[in-house]
Amino acid sequence: MYIYSLMLSLITFIPVIGALLIILLSKQLSRTIALVASLASFVVALLVLNSFNNAQAGFQFVEVAPWIPQFGISYKLGVDGISLWLMMLTVFIFPIAIWASSGAIQHDQKIYYALVLLMETATLGVFLSLDMFLFYVFWEFALVPMYFIIGLWGGQRRIYASLKFFIYTMAGSVLMLIAILVMGVQGQTFDYEALVKQGLHSANMSLFLAFAIAFAIKVPMFPFHSWLPDAHVEAPTPGSVILAAVLLKMGSYGLIRFNLALFPQASQQFAPVMIMLAVVGILYGAIVAFAQSDMKKLIAYSSVSHMGYIILGIFSMNELGVQGAILQMINHGLSTGGLFLVVGYIYERMHTREMGKMGGLWAKMPVYGTVALLFVLSSVGLPALNGFVGEFVILQGAFQRNPLWTGLATIGMVLGAVYLLTMYQKVFLGKGKDEAVDDHGHHRQVASASHGLLDLNWRELASAIPLIVFCFYIGLASTPFFNAMSASVGKLLK
Amino acid sequence: MSKEFLLTLTWLAPFPPIIAFMLIALFTNKRRSLTTLIAVGGMLLTTVFSFIVFFNVAGDHKLGEAPLRSQFAWLPTGDTTFNVGVAVDPLSALFLFMVPLAATLIFIYSTSYMENDPRYTRFMAYLSLFAGSMMGLVVSDNLLSLFIFWELMGFCSYSLIGFFYFKPSAYKAAVKAFMTTRVGDMFLIMGMVYLYSQTGTLNFYDTMRNEEVLHHLAATPAIIPGMTAAALIGLFIFGGTVGKSAQFPLHVWLPDAMEGPTPVSAMIHAATMVSAGIFMALRFFPLYESAAHVGDTTAFTIIGWIGAITALLGALIAVGQYDIKRVLAYSTISQLGFMVAAIGIGGYVAAAFHLLTHAFFKALLFLGSGSVIHGVEHGHHHLHAHGHDDHASSHDSHNAGHGHDDHAANDHGHTEFDPQDMRNMGGLWSRMPVTFITFTIGGLALMGAPFITAGFWSKDEILGHAYHGMTHGNPLSTVVFWTLCVAAVLTAFYTARQIFMTFAGEPRSEAAAHATENPAAMTFPLVVLAFFALTVGYMNIPEDFEFAYIKFGAIANGFGIDHWLGHFVGGMLPVAEATLPFNSVPVVFSVCIFLLGGFLGLWFYGLKPLKAGETDPVENLGAIFTALNNRLYFDELYRKLIINRLQRFADYYSNNVDKGFIDVFLHAAYAILSDIAEVFRWFDKNIVTGISNLIGDVFRRVGREGRELQTGQVQNYLLSALIAAVVMMVFFLVFQ
Repeated sequence: MYIYSLMLSLITFIPVIGALLIILLSKQLSRTIALVASLASFVVALLVLNSFNNAQAGFQFVEVAPWIPQFGISYKLGVDGISLWLMMLTVFIFPIAIWASSGAIQHDQKIYYALVLLMETATLGVFLSLDMFLFYVFWEFALVPMYFIIGLWGGQRRIYASLKFFIYTMAGSVLMLIAILVMGVQGQTFDYEALVKQGLHSANMSLFLAFAIAFAIKVPMFPFHSWLPDAHVEAPTPGSVILAAVLLKMGSYGLIRFNLALFPQASQQFAPVMIMLAVVGILYGAIVAFAQSDMKKLIAYSSVSHMGYIILGIFSMNELGVQGAILQMINHGLSTGGLFLVVGYIYERMHTREMGKMGGLWAKMPVYGTVALLFVLSSVGLPALNGFVGEFVILQGAFQRNPLWTGLATIGMVLGAVYLLTMYQKVFLGKGKDEAVDDHGHHRQVASASHGLLDLNWRELASAIPLIVFCFYIGLASTPFFNAMSASVGKLLK
Repeated sequence: MSKEFLLTLTWLAPFPPIIAFMLIALFTNKRRSLTTLIAVGGMLLTTVFSFIVFFNVAGDHKLGEAPLRSQFAWLPTGDTTFNVGVAVDPLSALFLFMVPLAATLIFIYSTSYMENDPRYTRFMAYLSLFAGSMMGLVVSDNLLSLFIFWELMGFCSYSLIGFFYFKPSAYKAAVKAFMTTRVGDMFLIMGMVYLYSQTGTLNFYDTMRNEEVLHHLAATPAIIPGMTAAALIGLFIFGGTVGKSAQFPLHVWLPDAMEGPTPVSAMIHAATMVSAGIFMALRFFPLYESAAHVGDTTAFTIIGWIGAITALLGALIAVGQYDIKRVLAYSTISQLGFMVAAIGIGGYVAAAFHLLTHAFFKALLFLGSGSVIHGVEHGHHHLHAHGHDDHASSHDSHNAGHGHDDHAANDHGHTEFDPQDMRNMGGLWSRMPVTFITFTIGGLALMGAPFITAGFWSKDEILGHAYHGMTHGNPLSTVVFWTLCVAAVLTAFYTARQIFMTFAGEPRSEAAAHATENPAAMTFPLVVLAFFALTVGYMNIPEDFEFAYIKFGAIANGFGIDHWLGHFVGGMLPVAEATLPFNSVPVVFSVCIFLLGGFLGLWFYGLKPLKAGETDPVENLGAIFTALNNRLYFDELYRKLIINRLQRFADYYSNNVDKGFIDVFLHAAYAILSDIAEVFRWFDKNIVTGISNLIGDVFRRVGREGRELQTGQVQNYLLSALIAAVVMMVFFLVFQ
């Protein structure tokens, strides 16, 4: 069927159509249109997932059309076992983020929803592009909507944060652009598969670095991480969810897709450095997270730490490590996305994210407490939840590469429990700041600052439940995920 | 019964409590009696399954060689798949007997003990998950699924220790427990990863029962020079035991864990948590042994020392405690040290045996102490009849904050009274007779009262093993033997002190005077446990055991149970543990230890029981007592050395490195960039007017959209980026 050959384009551009409709139609419809568009994209992606052939290592559903043939640039999309899961993650997270926007976005809804949909298109394009030039266009384009989302709907220091985010990422990608141009010119084509096959630059250190720095900033790897806490703190809740769950994965995806595949020899050379930075990031992020009093900042630094595991897995450069890293990208998207949602719920009620002002929320909001606990435990890496499987497989892979650094990385698992459980304790356990709880658990209201906090409503629960379901799903039965990626990962590492 | 049927039951065994947890959490969390039915019913079902399995395999001496196994593929890793499954071998069979039995009794006890708590249903739900996880751990045939249940138990203990979540002392204890055990888990994960990288499997039978694999591991040098891989992997895995079984130096969480309701303490100290650590160390025993075979005794030495130190340390600190549960907590630490020391000197069966007997008498002692507290608390409320109907819910939460930093809101207004403080007790023997008798039986078992209690037989087996090693020139055994002897004397002493202080003489407080015996749901489990605390030792009397002309071994032989455990569990080892020739010297030691410790207790506390207002004789030790009472300052030390330092570290990095160095650098780079852009703009404006106007127009239009955001910087940036791109592209092309 003809439509089958356009599946990936449909997935990618349905959101753009949604964005156009939003701009044309009335403001009241924006949210509905955004939801419908992102869900439509999700449904088409499910069809792709359904007919995806696990055994095939190469790209599937490939679409090619000449774009600028003089320079060997074409419009080419395709999906393999690696990008499949990132595509699924993207189309899964965006509807949730849009669903969760109603509370956080109080003005200019029209522009907002249009921007979110544009961002979905851009990120999907990044994951599905098979042409280097096309990839770069999407990559840069993904920056713009996020910049506006932080800048227009963000918090107090939104100008600083959005600018830092934009410029930092942009500065990184300039180098990548140059590298792409160099490769395109020398290889006479910008086609990704062709360039991999040529293998001209396998050992080219400077090209490796040009890509690696761009991606390292995006991930972000230590020491390029300082934009992330600022961006997260200022971004509105759905912005943070998208940023953590999807945008950061562009960086780690790029490292696998381009660095490992295009420059295998240079990757081998740089692997020790990258592993070292990854482990330093794991520990550094965890330690700094421990010092935060703002929940969002804490989770942002925990992201730095958790993304370190992903880098560690990638630069183990064996099947276990890379497969674990890919799974962990999904896991991080689910659990960190969930944590940001959780923070959003309480911010909308108490208008603060300072943990010092909270406490004893469990007594008032037990459902909220349960949801938050699940995401915390998933993030801590409790077995039977998703985080453990990813971390475990990554550590297996990394140990074969470098036992010593792997040993240091495991310390991060302890520290992870330290800061996340401490956060949970400060927010949910103990006594509320505005009330006295006697030793029997009976409450007596003293003042009414946060008095009358309501537990999660069905809308909020509806945004968390899909994430929780998949946290358990991956934790208990990760086989389908690994099955789909193993052939492609094997081919990529060959 | 057929193997398949037994395996099916084994598969099913962990599920009833886990399903009970889900049912209670999702559906019956508002209905108490239904919750009781589901929780206790689930546990009983598990018990039935487990007992059928146990009694069907108990007579099979070949089970060690041919365990029942079944598995399926769970996690594909690389090009292989990871199988998980269940197995029934002698070690797990033994736990299939002990765990459900102890857990069921604790469940029954809890239904009465927690009856009036507002969150009773939540409690039963967590308790069910706790028991289910332990069952899952026991039947696991591989380290990975064992670890999964291991961590689930960690989560359950976190939730249950912090059950009174509104009390700082309780939630701090919960976080402390989770984090401290996590430190151990970190090593365990390393061990797991290391083992897998060497063998490609984590299945116990493909590794620990496979001669080839063991030889390979013992022959491979470890990543740490001078050690074999077998020893290092073993030690990493043992790190998990140190955390979970509260061994020195990670023992600090266990005493605080008594902040949870008392049935939880019984769960943690007997049926689940701490037993799991020893269980796992026993699983990996062949690894230590194979390393020792090739001359690398590092693992055994470290394990032996840690066990011995822990045994002594725990016993010492227990002497200086007044809190009835805290004494028991340190006693658990000490007894676990006995088991670990036994493993360190190669006493596999001895360790398993002591683990079994200890589970029964320690569960008994904890439930007994709960009964005492409940009774005293009841007397206290009787005295201060305020007309509040929720007193029973508060017996734990009420006082556990005592001695901590929290004396906040309490509508009773009498936080000073601590019903767990043994100084407030006395004279309870006549007021709580069932509790008194059963607690004393448990205490005697802990002291090792010769021949009549289970604790004697298992402790004697450990000492016998150590003595045998000592007389055969093993220096480690010598250390272990003498340390354990001292620890055992202290054990007998502090236990006697506890019994006398609690039950003997006249009441030292009004509350104790008004204490009453508890309902049958609480005393019945005590009686059952007391029975096992007396008898469970008879299943492992050596055939040739003879003392004071009584041929115990021959009598046991008459019942057909002589050395049953040794034969049964000993079958777990690839090379069967040689049965030690009977030697009466350690038996004499065991008897003398009991007599000496018991006599000291009797002398100071029994003959003239403490009267109200009198000073405890151990306080005469002065500075030593203060140190013991303050738990040898471990918590202070850790707080100073680690926690405060981590906090300072974190603050430093957060403020100076992240906000200081890295961002300052970034801002500087940005400023320079802006300056350069300024130069280019001048250049652009004045020289390349036409082009720049064109480009500028485009950017200005874009910029107008984002006016709210900023003014000018992005244009500057884009421009300089473009120029930089051109420059660098030239650079690349020229120099490539």
